[in-house]
Amino acid sequence: MTTLLQPGYRRRVGYHATLLGGIALLASAVLVIADLQTRGPIARQEAAELQRILEQVLPPAMHDNRPGEDRLTLKSDEGTTLVYRARQGGRITGVAFRVTGRGYAGPIRLLLGVDPQGRVLGVRVLEHRETPGLGDRIEVERDPWITRFDGRSLGDPPPAQWAVEKDGGIFDQFTGATITPRAVVQAVRDGLRWFDAHRDRLLQPDRSPRPPETKPPASPVRHPGGGSGQAGPVWQARAAAIHPPSARETRA
Amino acid sequence: MTFAIRPLLQDYRQLFRDGLWDNNVVTGQLLALCPLLAVTGTATNGLGLGLATTFVLVASGLLVSLFRGIITPEVRIPVFILLIASLVTLVDLVMNAYLYAMHQALGLFIPLIVTNCAILGRAEAFASRQPVHRAVADGLAMGLGFTLILVVLGAVREIPGQGTLFADARLLLGEGFAWMELTLIPDYRGLLLMILPPGAFLALGFILAGKRVLDARRSARTAPQGATAATP
Repeated sequence: MTTLLQPGYRRRVGYHATLLGGIALLASAVLVIADLQTRGPIARQEAAELQRILEQVLPPAMHDNRPGEDRLTLKSDEGTTLVYRARQGGRITGVAFRVTGRGYAGPIRLLLGVDPQGRVLGVRVLEHRETPGLGDRIEVERDPWITRFDGRSLGDPPPAQWAVEKDGGIFDQFTGATITPRAVVQAVRDGLRWFDAHRDRLLQPDRSPRPPETKPPASPVRHPGGGSGQAGPVWQARAAAIHPPSARETRA
Repeated sequence: MTFAIRPLLQDYRQLFRDGLWDNNVVTGQLLALCPLLAVTGTATNGLGLGLATTFVLVASGLLVSLFRGIITPEVRIPVFILLIASLVTLVDLVMNAYLYAMHQALGLFIPLIVTNCAILGRAEAFASRQPVHRAVADGLAMGLGFTLILVVLGAVREIPGQGTLFADARLLLGEGFAWMELTLIPDYRGLLLMILPPGAFLALGFILAGKRVLDARRSARTAPQGATAATP
């Protein structure tokens, strides 16, 4: 019906091209505007979300700074990594950084918190596209599975068992989804290895972003209250031995 | 000019009847099976995809109907796809910016909407030839019908699959809906088959068969008196 009633100009190729082009232009314009308008709010939401997740992988009890603002950009062979540092009295009590696993439907981005001994403080999912109902149980809101990494380190379990049960490891997979947990286990293990390889640079308490109100970083061994017993003095002595204050100064 | 409200209501009733039952996206038109089978592991996921799809159906019906005067048959398909894809992207961006918690829950479903042929199907078969108000009503009716089937299929798979109903509903709808989460069979190991895609095919097969049986019965009952089924 519409075809018959069409005026002549509508049957020309030029009209089709103009129509399609015009609508494409319009759609692009709307999307560009929407993108510009929402970019700010989305960035703020993501920052708030990151802050929320940071608190889960770097427990607030063990730091007195704001890890979300205490950042270190570390260049290594694996690329550039943004590291968030938790400090108690200027001394680093934990670091958190992103690791990525290859999931079933794209990358799984995780935030991994590690204490100075290389033990996992917590892992949380930042972003994933796994199948709803199957792979999304890596989210802590749905399933406590991901908390099973807490306290683990490279030697515990031994390297061969850093895998899902199906591959002879100690971490259970989900019914119907093996690829997703396998990706997470590998990502956490690789993250711990990366931490191990760069431990010295990660734990070097160079400049503290919080000016003098806290203790200057030159005397990291003494810490007030001793509340953070986890990050024991053994590590501190070791870090201090590896990085005498002079070395720290030059870096800053 | 008199505004005839009664025929309009009857018209809408027919539209909703079509959308919810007679010409349901899934059981009537057998469309949208890809997202349907993919996400109906739980009733909650079905509800999530259903709500998001309903919104896009209504909005795409509105847009396509508005543009129907200038769209020519030769380029209609790319134009519809452009409109729908832009719409879905727009929904994704806006939800991400202003409804962050909901986006966290529904975000996984939004890309699936683009793959939903039912939306293109309604644009092509209905919205492009109808006035705006009917196109919007049809989008709403079709979306609700789709949601209904998604929730039913999700429940049919979730109960034998995990022993629960509406698991994780609070992540989708907020803490106020925690009462929806039922554990029907405690300490249940779960029938994996129902959670996996074959379970979706099986359950869908039974739902389709069930609808046919009901329709056959109804027409057998109403046939002698003529077509009075339209007014229940």
